[in-house]
Amino acid sequence: MNWASDSWLIFRKDIHQEFRTRYALNAIALFALTTLTVISFSFGPVPLRSVLAAPLLWVLLFFSAISGLSHIFVREEEQETSDTLRLMASPTAVFLGKWTFNMVLLLAIEALVVPLYFVFMDVPAENTRLLVFLVLLGSVGLATVSTLIAAIIAQSSSRGALFAVLAFPITLPVLISAVHGTRLAMDGNSFNDCLPDVQVLTSFTVVIFTTGLLVFDKIWRHD
Amino acid sequence: MIERTGKWLLGVWMTAVIAGAFLYAPPARGLGETTRILYFHVPCAWIATLAFFVSAFYSLRYLQKKHLELDGRASVAAELGLLFAFLATVTGSIWAKKIWGAYWNWDPRETSIFILLMIYAAYFALRGAVEDGEQRARLAAVYSLIAAVTVPFFVFVVPRIYDSLHPDPLVNREAKIHMDPRMLTVFLASLAGFTGLFFWVFHLRSRVKHIWEQKMHGVELTGDRT
Repeated sequence: MNWASDSWLIFRKDIHQEFRTRYALNAIALFALTTLTVISFSFGPVPLRSVLAAPLLWVLLFFSAISGLSHIFVREEEQETSDTLRLMASPTAVFLGKWTFNMVLLLAIEALVVPLYFVFMDVPAENTRLLVFLVLLGSVGLATVSTLIAAIIAQSSSRGALFAVLAFPITLPVLISAVHGTRLAMDGNSFNDCLPDVQVLTSFTVVIFTTGLLVFDKIWRHD
Repeated sequence: MIERTGKWLLGVWMTAVIAGAFLYAPPARGLGETTRILYFHVPCAWIATLAFFVSAFYSLRYLQKKHLELDGRASVAAELGLLFAFLATVTGSIWAKKIWGAYWNWDPRETSIFILLMIYAAYFALRGAVEDGEQRARLAAVYSLIAAVTVPFFVFVVPRIYDSLHPDPLVNREAKIHMDPRMLTVFLASLAGFTGLFFWVFHLRSRVKHIWEQKMHGVELTGDRT
């Protein structure tokens, strides 16, 4: 299980590097908090119904992810360490390591932002367990797509703007289903009512993750 | 020789389809004369989807063989796909204004074709942002493949989860065809005609691009490719 221990090593390396500067963590957390404040400010004391609250939550999460999740690959290119990494580890190990890092980072941000969203916005959360489940499921999809696209744009010339442009169409199945499911969960519907959304989210995430494993070699290796 | 005959046949075929769409096929009950857009709008949407998978196919072939000519074909297919996706969007929008009263209302089908447009746009944005030819081809090919596994989710899953007003005469839940035989004849003929048209233009554009790229890189043209 060489790739497993390698990807664990890469994950630990990235955690170490991240905590040296806390660049991505700060960027995403502050971005998410700023956006949350903007949303909260502009709505003021008006209580939001789920029709508005669910999409806003996912817009917040999507752009927060976009604001920082590309850093994991861009940093390797900017510090010119990517070639060493190419020599040291297999592409699968790199992908899994980076994916785990982005996943942990996104979940850490969400653990901060999602509860704050419900506190600030006075949004209904009738079926809390289902809501948490859908946010987690959606985040896996979001992090997977972000990691793949980040690897692509790290090698292009206009990194920042391109990330959102490339990631958005690919993330849309996640966003559409997550928004729909979240809205149902906010209104207190049961798991069975959200089943189609859960099915789309799960199947999409599995498909995109598998595709990622298959094509990452082609993104990562120069030959 | 085959190419020349094929070209003329295609011209005659498409003329017959256009004439048939307006003169031969009867208008559908309830929707009246507006249904004639069916013979042009649906093939456009079909070609937009087909071009997308042709592009993905050549992207895959590029990643296997690393011939820049294959990347050229993938990008030509994407260009045509963008054009036909645009045509499908505009024709659909005009029809929607007549029947639903608004040009745009985020019907699942409209959403699907809009996403297809966005993927094409993103594909060309990526191509524009990478200088090196090999690297551009490689990254664009990978993006095309990632998008190709995403598209079935839009085309098939999303419109079926959420309600749509869009008529679906051919691909529907019961998998039955509810269409007048004459309408069906013209419709299928149009689908075939558009498919032929696509592959003809695709072939032409690929050749032009190939020749142009060889000229750009100062490579002598070898043999006669006519």
